[in-house]
Amino acid sequence: MHLRILAVLATALFLSMVPGVPAAAQESGGGEESVRGTITDGDGEPVEGVDIIVETLDGEEVGVATTGPDGSYELELPGPGEYRATIDQETLDELELELRNPDRATLEFPVRPGQSRPLLFPLGESTRSISGTFVRALQLLVEGVKFGLIIAMCAVGLSLIFGTTGLVNFAHGELVTFGALAAWIANVLLGLHFVPATVVGVLAGGLAGAALDKGLWRPLRRRGTGLIALLVISIGLGLLVRYIFLYQFGGRTRPYAQYVAQRAISLGPITIAPKDIVSILVSLAVLAAVGIALQRTQAGKAMRAVADNPDLASSSGIDVERVILLVWAFGGGLAALGGTLLGLTEQVSWQMGYQLLLLMFAGVILGGLGTAYGALVGSFVVGVFLQTSTLVISPELKNVGALLILILILLVRPQGILGQAERVG
Amino acid sequence: MNWGGIVENALRAAVGDFAAVFALAAIGLNVHFGYTGLLNFGQVGFMAVGAYGIAVAVTYLGLSMWVGLAVGLGASVVLALLLGLPTLRLRADYLAIVTIAAAEIIRLTFRSVSLRRYTGGSSGLTRFADEFYAVNPLSRGDYGFGPFVFSHRQTWVLVVAWLTVAVVSVMVLVLMRSPWGRVLKSIREDEEAARSLGKNVYWYKMQSLAFGGIIGSLAGFVLAISTQSVQPDTYSSAVTFFAYVVLILGGTARVLGPVVGSMIFWMLLSLTDNVLRAAVREGHIPAAIMSGVQVGQVRFMLVGLGLILLLVYRSQGIFGDRREIELDVR
Repeated sequence: MHLRILAVLATALFLSMVPGVPAAAQESGGGEESVRGTITDGDGEPVEGVDIIVETLDGEEVGVATTGPDGSYELELPGPGEYRATIDQETLDELELELRNPDRATLEFPVRPGQSRPLLFPLGESTRSISGTFVRALQLLVEGVKFGLIIAMCAVGLSLIFGTTGLVNFAHGELVTFGALAAWIANVLLGLHFVPATVVGVLAGGLAGAALDKGLWRPLRRRGTGLIALLVISIGLGLLVRYIFLYQFGGRTRPYAQYVAQRAISLGPITIAPKDIVSILVSLAVLAAVGIALQRTQAGKAMRAVADNPDLASSSGIDVERVILLVWAFGGGLAALGGTLLGLTEQVSWQMGYQLLLLMFAGVILGGLGTAYGALVGSFVVGVFLQTSTLVISPELKNVGALLILILILLVRPQGILGQAERVG
Repeated sequence: MNWGGIVENALRAAVGDFAAVFALAAIGLNVHFGYTGLLNFGQVGFMAVGAYGIAVAVTYLGLSMWVGLAVGLGASVVLALLLGLPTLRLRADYLAIVTIAAAEIIRLTFRSVSLRRYTGGSSGLTRFADEFYAVNPLSRGDYGFGPFVFSHRQTWVLVVAWLTVAVVSVMVLVLMRSPWGRVLKSIREDEEAARSLGKNVYWYKMQSLAFGGIIGSLAGFVLAISTQSVQPDTYSSAVTFFAYVVLILGGTARVLGPVVGSMIFWMLLSLTDNVLRAAVREGHIPAAIMSGVQVGQVRFMLVGLGLILLLVYRSQGIFGDRREIELDVR
């Protein structure tokens, strides 16, 4: 049993040493960093002749980019680091245009090695008229729905794993990243189309989940390791795996081979890219299937039974260990799918899952820790809240808002929306 | 490979400013986790409010740095109250999630553009600790012996930092032997039993959270003063994870555990870092397997691996007592 844990860790280390994605070369590559973007007016028409001034945070000017006839601009940067870009108010005044949000005439942003950083300076009615706000709210709502569904998919496993084993899995974000990376390798390195590559990613995520349970968590449970120790181990595992990803994959974000830039289509008052519609539909279908499977199939019923009360489930003839293995495989697969869909909109990076982890926790706690449906509802609410909150607060603070909700909900209703009121302290 | 230089660097790292910072952070965690059983994963948040307490007080409010220390301490107490209020009645794992979230909220808030005027945004603030160096009694020159030679500025920082570690360690020693400390330990062992003896468990936990948090903010002070700068991304969750490794390595619920743990931890990190760097530079490790940039990433892998191995094989660390750390939440 000791040997098995060691074997898992040795495998992890071995994997980290295998030369994978040409990570070594790309870091020193340099010279590829740039900022780019397109300036369009409120009606979506490109605007020519707007200056964007880019400087380092110390105030040293890097250069000025001017938009071309198609409204686009690009400026090479000397290297990765922190930069500040300001849209030139004078050139805007000449064209009688204004920023939709005058507070965001200056943007500060980090640029990773090799990154071509897109910048957004939305123009249009700066007087936030009622109809404008309404349309924007609708647009954000749709984005929120998409994001919420993705969080929900990732979080179902997190909640079920907690319910069945009591483990608060701080390494769950790494399952999300793993799925997205596996799909990226199949898609870009092996040349598979994105759709079969997603299937590969999901299978890999499910296998990884099952392997983690069989190789690490089950032996630890058998030893009777305490839940707090397990929690800390999951933090260590997350850190180890996250940096193996960075080591192998490098620090830059990478897109999938297909569906990178899609022209958004108008759908009534809102605009949306077709891939986002597909993402929403796929998420809805998968989550509905998950709901039905949990409700109707024998395996699903067994999962809920074990999550409800492991001892009782065991004494009514359910093979608890088998169910837990199933939960890990199932949770890993769903997390991988969530990661792939997230990578479709936000590209793939080594810490995409970790950045999602706290939002997953927020969703799971909001819905009720340990329940499957609670995780769905809670995560959905978090996603929608996160996006729509940018109506009133600056987008860089939207995560702060979501995490504050997490703390507030614990104050008012610690068992969550769908959780049963029980003593948790 | 220059083994002499590598060993020298490792020995210097063991008494360096980082070792002192993490010793303090881990002593705070020891009060939380080791003695009271509170699973605080947001220790870096206390460090951040301490460090920014000084920096903002000096650069924005124009106060003296010594007043800034009081601002930082006050901020850490307020943070403890804010964190404890919703979570201390709940199970340990909830506290873990909320504290890690709170630390992230603090980091994101400090780096936000809208607060740039006060906190300097993502580039942070610098040069606010001149007053500390002005009272340096040491005259210009180098001090120390053998490999431990530091400039007068460094020596002044290190002396004050390690004196703080010593004073705080003695405080923890005395407090944990007092009736107050025994109540904390009884809460760790069995909350219900402590409650049934008429102790206000909630209030004791709150005091423990504030006390450990204050020690955490001292760690933030040392870090901010020794580097004369604060930057939001220095205070990421990884710092808390490092502090946990330090604590568990040395041994939880032992007064000297975090101190020795921190010295060994930084010695080992410096050793592996320098050996790998030299091996890469001299071509013992082919560039296809590891580049110079990747050496820094190995550090985090080792910390993660260390955390797993410690908890699986030796959860009492070097000095700990296995019976004192068998915590459970259910």
